[in-house]
Order: sequence, then structure tokens, then C-alpha cells
Amino acid sequence: MGRLILKNIHKTFGKDEVLHGINIETAENQFLILVGPSGCGKTTLLNIIAGLERESAGDILINDRRVNDLSPKNRDIAMVFQSYALYPSMSVRDNILFGLVNRHVPKHEREQILQDVAHMLQLDHLLDRRPRQLSGGQQQRVAIGRAIARRPALFLFDEPLSNLDAKLRVEMRTEIKRLHQQLQTTMVYVTHDQIEAMTMGDLIAVMNDGIIQQLGTPDAIYNDPANRFVAGFMGSPSMNFIPVTVCQGEGTVWLEVREEDQTMSRLPLPPVLQSRLKTVVDRKVILGIRPEQITDPGSAREGSALHTMELKVEMTEPTGADTLVFTRLNKTPLVARAHPSTKLLQGSNTPLSFHMERAVFFDPDDGQRLA
Amino acid sequence: MRTSSAFGPRRWLIYGLLTVAAVFFLLPFYVMLVTAFKTMPEIYSTGILALPDSLNFSAWIHAWSAATIGAASEGIHGYFLNSFILVIPAVIISTAIGAFNGYILTHWRFRGSNIFFYMLLLGTIIPFQIVLLPMAWVEGRIGIAGTLVPGLMMVHVIYGLAFTTLFFRNYYVGIPHDLIKAARVDGAGFFSIFFRIMLPVSTPIIMVTAIWQFTMIWNNFLFGVVFTQGGQQPVTVAINDLVDTVTSVHMWNVDMAAAIFAALPTLLVYLIAGKYFVRGLTAGAVKG
Ligand SMILES: Nc1ncnc2c1ncn2[C@@H]1O[C@H](COP(=O)(O)OP(=O)(O)OP(=O)(O)O)[C@@H](O)[C@H]1O
Ligand SMILES: [Mg+2]
Repeated sequence: MGRLILKNIHKTFGKDEVLHGINIETAENQFLILVGPSGCGKTTLLNIIAGLERESAGDILINDRRVNDLSPKNRDIAMVFQSYALYPSMSVRDNILFGLVNRHVPKHEREQILQDVAHMLQLDHLLDRRPRQLSGGQQQRVAIGRAIARRPALFLFDEPLSNLDAKLRVEMRTEIKRLHQQLQTTMVYVTHDQIEAMTMGDLIAVMNDGIIQQLGTPDAIYNDPANRFVAGFMGSPSMNFIPVTVCQGEGTVWLEVREEDQTMSRLPLPPVLQSRLKTVVDRKVILGIRPEQITDPGSAREGSALHTMELKVEMTEPTGADTLVFTRLNKTPLVARAHPSTKLLQGSNTPLSFHMERAVFFDPDDGQRLA
Repeated sequence: MRTSSAFGPRRWLIYGLLTVAAVFFLLPFYVMLVTAFKTMPEIYSTGILALPDSLNFSAWIHAWSAATIGAASEGIHGYFLNSFILVIPAVIISTAIGAFNGYILTHWRFRGSNIFFYMLLLGTIIPFQIVLLPMAWVEGRIGIAGTLVPGLMMVHVIYGLAFTTLFFRNYYVGIPHDLIKAARVDGAGFFSIFFRIMLPVSTPIIMVTAIWQFTMIWNNFLFGVVFTQGGQQPVTVAINDLVDTVTSVHMWNVDMAAAIFAALPTLLVYLIAGKYFVRGLTAGAVKG
């Protein structure tokens, strides 16, 4: 249930256009993530889907029905807000039932739904409390319960977890995932947390400046980013971006980089990338490589496109599972992920292995993907 | 902790100053009260601060039911009632409209709603005198001039709207707009949201507004004297007439008793609802 189609949505506030033609199409029962930095238009888009804000142009289809001219209550949606937005004067019970009462659902049916929802979200013992007598996590569960009670075709979440502490956030993340599987309904979930995006979504729309930068599966977004913005936004620590020169000779294509001692060094490429980069030979490009693709030689997987270089350790940051190594290549800061047992001395050189099969390349001017 | 400074010199100084201020402000009331219990000979023979010989209620009874005001000698009780007939609907109507205005100005903003709000703000600094002529003209045109209700009531409602709207608007900006959005998605409309969600959390500001309006309208003299005549007048105007009515001797005790009668309702309102007033005025600051 809950196919959502957005066709060329534009939104203008006064003279400012904040959404410049958004196109999204989901399958049924999908978990769509809208992710992007603050101010990119996520909430605005969600409000437009909900009917709380009027689009300046474009079409919104929910279950193949055009809903542009329907009021929020007739769009068959439910929404969960970052601030929870529980009605302060009503008990938990009345909060959950408010939408049903407004829709004249018969009383016995309401009671049944209340039981189900309370049970599903473990709210049974809280039904008579007021919102202010609840913890943040409980309030959020009530807000979700209120949305579920309506059995909508589409759930809209606007950063529902950003007011919770880290531990609760992880718990609620799995709880919402579980609900999604249970309810078999499409959910649209706004966040600016890329970990939430990666772990929860099965379709991710990365937004920036009112434009969808890329719409794809978490795997595609992470491993096959459409441009430098998407590559840099998803993943933590962020992908490394190194300016390099593409060189060709003797039938191969390689990258030229300057090591710590200023000697020029060749970074070899796997054959697929070699052929893709043939069009930009002798040009400067941006090499994008994730920290986990630069490791200590001991943890390196054997591969044809492995290349090891000595780089100077500027700083280390142990995270427990592995240690982040901060260094430089081509005068550009670079982060690598080493095994925690690796001997790393600040200020001294250490060998680091580059796994080039997953490397990506961007145009230095417009950030578009080259290869 | 704070306990160490509880009885320090600072504390004593503050209490001292507050006591002096309280005495200063209460002194006139004290004089009124003791004078109202005295007989006329007593007033002439004792100082104004002296206590009466006995609790003599004759001035009170006279003021309430026998004093000459204008042409009649029936005391102030009819005018006292007039004031209630005026104040109760005027407070209810102006508070209700203010609540609606505040609700719309914060959560159903329309093109130009800011300009509308600033114009209303201007209304709070317009002196009474300025509205006299236009109000009189309008009331004459619609044929309600000279009446207590709806004539004078309407003047007070209109004049008070700027204040009541301002109060509610400032209170409702503190209520998150997400609540309204959630309710709209939940199928509630404009009125339903107002009555089911906004109003139940509005008690403090309703109290503030109602107390403010009650005091302003009850104590108002100028509108009453301009817009009503004869038996239609509110108690403030009646007291003025009572004092002005020339008789052989000036009955100070009757004047004082009448004035205290007139002051009682506002006094009671503050005693009963005063804590809401303070709470309501500070509520916004606490909630942020
Ligand atoms: N009512 C409005 N009037 C004018 N501009 C607005 C309005 N609402 C949003 N904007 C602008 O539209 C842009 C997108 O805002 P939006 O709230 O959708 O961002 P967001 O992606 O949800 O950000 P965040 O992650 O901070 O919540 C912002 O530049 C914002 O200033
Ligand atoms: Mg937002």
C-alpha cells in the first residue's frame, strides 16, 4: 500500500524558489528516506505531500490518485513530527483517538484500534497520562501511535528521532523499521542523519538546495554516488576528495599524486576505471575514496588494484573497532581506517594501502561524476 | 544554597522597602475605610487617620440605597448593577474575539496579517479621548447611542480588542505550530482546533485578559459619562454625580462608602484570580 509519486514539484516562498522540480516515484510498501542538509527543503516537501503547504507547481499522487486539491485529512496520510506535537491538554488515549473521533469511527472500533496500537507500542500503562508526564521516548511512541491508529496509506515522518538521546534513537530506529514491516505501508522519512538514512531506507533521496541529487538504494547511494555532494554527504567520516592528474602511457592509465617527500608517484587503476578515465587524460580530476578503502597493509584484502604508499601520520583517532588515521596526499587532508593494532606514530610515516576498485571520480568544476 | 542569605541584611532591606511602599499605597484606602464608618460630627471632630468610635453602617446603607444621584434618591445600587450588566458581556465578548484574533494571527496567517497586527498594536496606544467622536458618530448611525448595552458595551469591546488580541497573540506564538499541523492531518478544522486544542491550554491568558478587561471597563469613567445618561450610567459616573450633587452638607462618609462599594468588585477579582494574573504574565517567559 501507499505508492507515492511526485511529479516535478516546485515551491516558491515569495520570490525564493526552494524546491526546483522534485521527481520521486516509490513502489508499494517502501521506506523512502529524504535526506539532506538543513534548509534544503525536506520539511517543505513533506508538508506539500501532506497538504499542509500548497505546491507552486507539480503533481502529487498517492496510490495513483492525484491529491493536489485534497485537504490533509482527505489524503489518507499520517504524520509524525520532530516536536512530537502531542495535544497537551489531552490524555495519551485521547491523543491517539483524536483522528478517529474526527473521522467518526464507531466507538467499539476505536477501542479495538486503541488496544492494538497501545499493545504494539507498549503504551498500555500510559494511556491516562498527559503528554508532559511522559519521557521523550514515550512521547515519541505516542506520536507514532497516533499516526498508526489512522491506518493511513502513507506515513510521513519529519525527523522524528532528532530530539532523542543516542541510545534511544538507535532503539526507536529498529522499532520504526519493525513497524514498517508489520504495517506494510509506504513511509516517507525525513532526516539529516545519514546513518538513519542508510540503515532505515530502502530508497533514499538525497536532497540539496531544493534538488534531488540522487534517488537510489542505500547501496547505490553509498557506492555509486551521482555527484560529489552525495558522495560527501553520505558516510562518516566523509569520503576523501583528492585532486589528481590522469595520465596515460604504455597502454595504461594511472593517477599521478605527490607523496609526502614531494616525489611523484603513480597510483595504478583497475582496468574498468582505466577505460572510463580515457576521456579525461591529462586533466585534473577529483578522486573520491572512502576512509575504509584506505587501510593498513595488514588488513588489506588482496586485489589487483591495491597500491601501498608511505604517508605521514598527522593525527589518530581510535574509535574502538578501528583507528582513524589523519594524513595528507597531494596537500589534501586524507582519512584512512586502520586496524586498532596498527603501530601508528604521530609525525612518522606509515604505509597505507589504497583499494582502488571502489574509487570514484568527479569533475573538479561542477562535481559531477566522471567515472 | 539560598538559606544562608534568607535573613541577611539585603532581605531586610527589601522587606523594609516593600512595607513602606505598601503603607504608602494603602493609606488612602485606610482613610476611606475609617471615614465611611464615622458619623458626620465624628468626621469634623477627629483627625482623618483616627479610628471611628464604633462601626457605624448608616453611611454604607445610605450610599447603597438612599443617596441622591441626579434626580433620584435611591443610592448607587442601581448603577452598581448597571456596571455588572455592562462589564460581564463586554469582558466575555472582547476576550473571546481577542482569543480568535490571536489564534488567527499566529496560526492561520494570511497575506497582510503582520500589517493587521501592527495596526492593532497602534490601537493599544490610542488615548480614550481620540475614539470618542468616531464612536459617537458610528453609534448614532446604527441607532444604539446612549444605551448601556449594547451602546457603551460596544465602545468598550472595540477599544479593548487591541489589548485582548495582543495578549492572546503573544501567548499563542508560544504554542508550536506543529500542533496545528498535526491536528489538521488528524482531520480537525479551524474551529475544532481552536476549541479542542488551543482553548484548553489558554486558562492563564484568559485569566489575564479577563482581569485586565474587567478592571479597565469597571473603572472606566470617560466612556461612561460620554456615552450614557440618567439611569443607564455605570457606577463610576454615579459616584461622580453623587459627589457633585449639591446638598446642604457634604456627606464625606457616604462618598467614601460609595467609592468603596465601587472598588469592591475589582478588589475581589484580584484577590480571587490574582495568582493567575501573575502566572499568566510570566507563563510565556518560562516556556520560552
Ligand atoms: N514559510 C516559509 N516562508 C519562507 N521561507 C520558508 C518557509 N518555510 C521554509 N522556508 C525556506 O525554505 C527552505 C527549506 O526549508 P525547510 O524547512 O524545508 O528545510 P529542511 O530541509 O526541512 O531543513 P531542516 O533540516 O533544518 O529541518 C529554507 O531556506 C527556509 O528558509
Ligand atoms: Mg525540517
